[in-house]
Amino acid sequence: MKKLLLSGAATLALTAQVATAQVDEDAPTGGNMIVTYKDDVATLDPAIGYDWQNWSMIKSLFDGLMGYSPGTTELRNELASDYTISEDGLTHSFTLKDGIKFHNGRVITAEDVKYSLDRVTNPETRSPGAGFFGMIEGFDTWNAGEGDGLSGVKVIDDKTVEITLSRPDATFGHVMALNFASIVPKEAVEASGEDFGREPVGSGAFKLAEWSPGQRVVFERFDDYHRAGVPKLDQVTFEIGLEPTVALLRLQQGQADVPGDGIPPAQFLQVMNNPAQAENVVEGGQLHTGYITLNTQMAPFDNLAVRQAVNMAINKDRIIKIINGRAVPANQPLPPTMPGYADDYEGYAYDPEKAREMLVEAGFADGFETELYVMNVDPNPRIAQAIQQDLKEIGITAEIRSLAQANVIAAGGEADQAPMIWSGGMAWIADFPDPSNFYGPILGCGGAVQGGWNWAWYCNKELDARAAEADAMTGEENAEARLDAWRQIYLDVMADAPWVPVFNEQRFTLTSDRMAGDDSLFADPVHIPVNYDYIYSKDAE
Amino acid sequence: MQSYLIRRLLESALILLGITLVTFILLYLVPADPARQIAGRSATVETVQNIRDQLGLNDPFFAQYWRYLTSLLQGDMGRSYLQRAEVSELIASRLPASLLLMVAAIATELMMGLTIGIVAALRRNRPADHGLMIFSFVSISAPQFVIGILLLYVFAVQLGWFPIGGYGSFAHVVLPAVTLGFLGAGWYSRMMRSSMIDVLGQDFVRTAQAKGLGRARIILRHVIPNAILPIIAMIGIDIGLFMSGIVVVESVFGWPGIGQLAWQAIQRVDIPVIMGVTMVSATAIVLGNLLADLVAPMIDPRIKTK
Repeated sequence: MKKLLLSGAATLALTAQVATAQVDEDAPTGGNMIVTYKDDVATLDPAIGYDWQNWSMIKSLFDGLMGYSPGTTELRNELASDYTISEDGLTHSFTLKDGIKFHNGRVITAEDVKYSLDRVTNPETRSPGAGFFGMIEGFDTWNAGEGDGLSGVKVIDDKTVEITLSRPDATFGHVMALNFASIVPKEAVEASGEDFGREPVGSGAFKLAEWSPGQRVVFERFDDYHRAGVPKLDQVTFEIGLEPTVALLRLQQGQADVPGDGIPPAQFLQVMNNPAQAENVVEGGQLHTGYITLNTQMAPFDNLAVRQAVNMAINKDRIIKIINGRAVPANQPLPPTMPGYADDYEGYAYDPEKAREMLVEAGFADGFETELYVMNVDPNPRIAQAIQQDLKEIGITAEIRSLAQANVIAAGGEADQAPMIWSGGMAWIADFPDPSNFYGPILGCGGAVQGGWNWAWYCNKELDARAAEADAMTGEENAEARLDAWRQIYLDVMADAPWVPVFNEQRFTLTSDRMAGDDSLFADPVHIPVNYDYIYSKDAE
Repeated sequence: MQSYLIRRLLESALILLGITLVTFILLYLVPADPARQIAGRSATVETVQNIRDQLGLNDPFFAQYWRYLTSLLQGDMGRSYLQRAEVSELIASRLPASLLLMVAAIATELMMGLTIGIVAALRRNRPADHGLMIFSFVSISAPQFVIGILLLYVFAVQLGWFPIGGYGSFAHVVLPAVTLGFLGAGWYSRMMRSSMIDVLGQDFVRTAQAKGLGRARIILRHVIPNAILPIIAMIGIDIGLFMSGIVVVESVFGWPGIGQLAWQAIQRVDIPVIMGVTMVSATAIVLGNLLADLVAPMIDPRIKTK
């Protein structure tokens, strides 16, 4: 097994070197790859698709102005040849590359950029990503259905777009690299209407060749792609409807190359104990944290000492054993692969003895009864049981409420319903590699509303203000200070202990013998499971 | 006959109407909010509210139901909340696979079940009977998932006779059909056996023996046609069952049927798709039963269609 060790601050330093070293420009082109999935692909419309399966598929079909260097969290220009930010951080100018084309052969112009941004923020599009563009001037009125587009997005000429923000925002580059900011051709969107998600036309490295619902989706190389020598493969076939166990059988028989849903838990040890297969597994970090929320507005979790005691009661190593060691223990909201992670922070160490004492001091000598909500898909109920046992140790009796995902999310969005929630299977994986992405919806006051995702109902106005300040720190020269500010915000969150951070999931990507490319491409933080554009087939050599 | 058919069809329409109402009420009462499922985890409260408005989810229950019903009667099942595609297209793209598997599975379970049931009845209380009944007991109790994976492993992976899941050729349908047929065969064989034993003990069988008919002729001409009636009713139920989606078998074999679609829609509270799939399976169950009731009098003239 190959481990990709990029962690904390080291990530930033390393990515720069990795970015240049990893992409083998001379890798042969040609060949194909078969990726398997259990679920059908929901949609390939970049304004709408928002699950882990279609996210990286859309990345290969569409491009935005910005993107990431393969295998890294480092921003780079994609369709933009040039990107400049004004002194005050409010005006962002993008110049398009020359001669870039959509899959339908038409040249991309600045008008397309405006059209695409207007479309994703148009309330009629019902895009789950509209809220990401809240910093663009005119967003509020346009997203409320007034006017004729984002007033902050101006077409200067065929090649130049100027985007004005209503507030400086250091994350804007990342926002423009989200799938939601992909450039789409107006004529194709209008021709397909609501069916654009089935008939996508973009400017990505691949174009859609076939879609048989429930069976397969086929991508074909786009010959006019704006990066020479990319993609490496001629074709990627997604075989749909295969149970992960069956997908593994197929891979072992040479009939599949990447099991998109990962190695099934029941077969994990079998795969890892087989040296020939273990060699084809790449382990990498994920921008993920699994945590227990403690509802700070419900007794007795409104008591800081109780929340801290629970933090000390959870045996994280034992929980990680339940998932075959496919994670690392967490002590703070940010995962180790995220810039801003505090390497030297020790967190609340496992100490049930001390936890029990703290409960007694807080006036709960006899413990108390509470409820733990959990999504009813394995391994989450088993993890909840381990948490239940740990709580029992310190005298807390937690009843497990195991429900369908949508019902747990609904319970979390009510102020007085779920005292504790295990986030597994629901939250939180970052949308983009920036520390701010772990705050707003899940720890900020804005998320502590009915229907929100701040299930701890934690609202610290002072931290909210500091978060806003940190995001206003734009420019390269402030990058380090900004990360420091965010690091401190999360450490202060932990002082209030609204969560028990439990673990950060690791990715284990298995591929067939045929697939090759730098390891980082198989543990790409942005493309899951693999970076379809850059890995290549040994058959092509 | 004709008036019977018309009455039954009218009844069926009423049943289906009732099913739309009940399903709609249930989906309305589910605490999960479809707008939040569409909006995803990073959406603002405003975005969720806007989605709810656009889909009319804020309207009172009867307004929503009426809107659904009137478009349904015009043949419009709406669009999937999540895939944005027409529900009718999503279902239509999966119907052929579901129909094919249904036919193949029913054929398999009948072939296996009837053979076992007949042999067991004729060898009643002898070792062959005991052996076959143990087999049928095992096949009823075995989880489909285990049988499916086992067949896949032996016949597709080890022996390489069949593809490892998928859809497209005759070879693809064999293993899923056998997996389903294996389970069904257990039920059919038990039912056929007891039905045969009933008929074998009746006076007309003794009469036939007394007038000197050959054993084979008695069994084929008199016993089996009489014993098969309950089986016909059961096939009617199976048609509905298989058309409502066989989630486990479909997912083991990567079969692009209705079950896969239904399962995903339920996970994500995709109401138009859930409604659509429910309508299709309810229609299949109603029609399957109607078919069984129509076929029964053809086999046994004593039953009249009233």
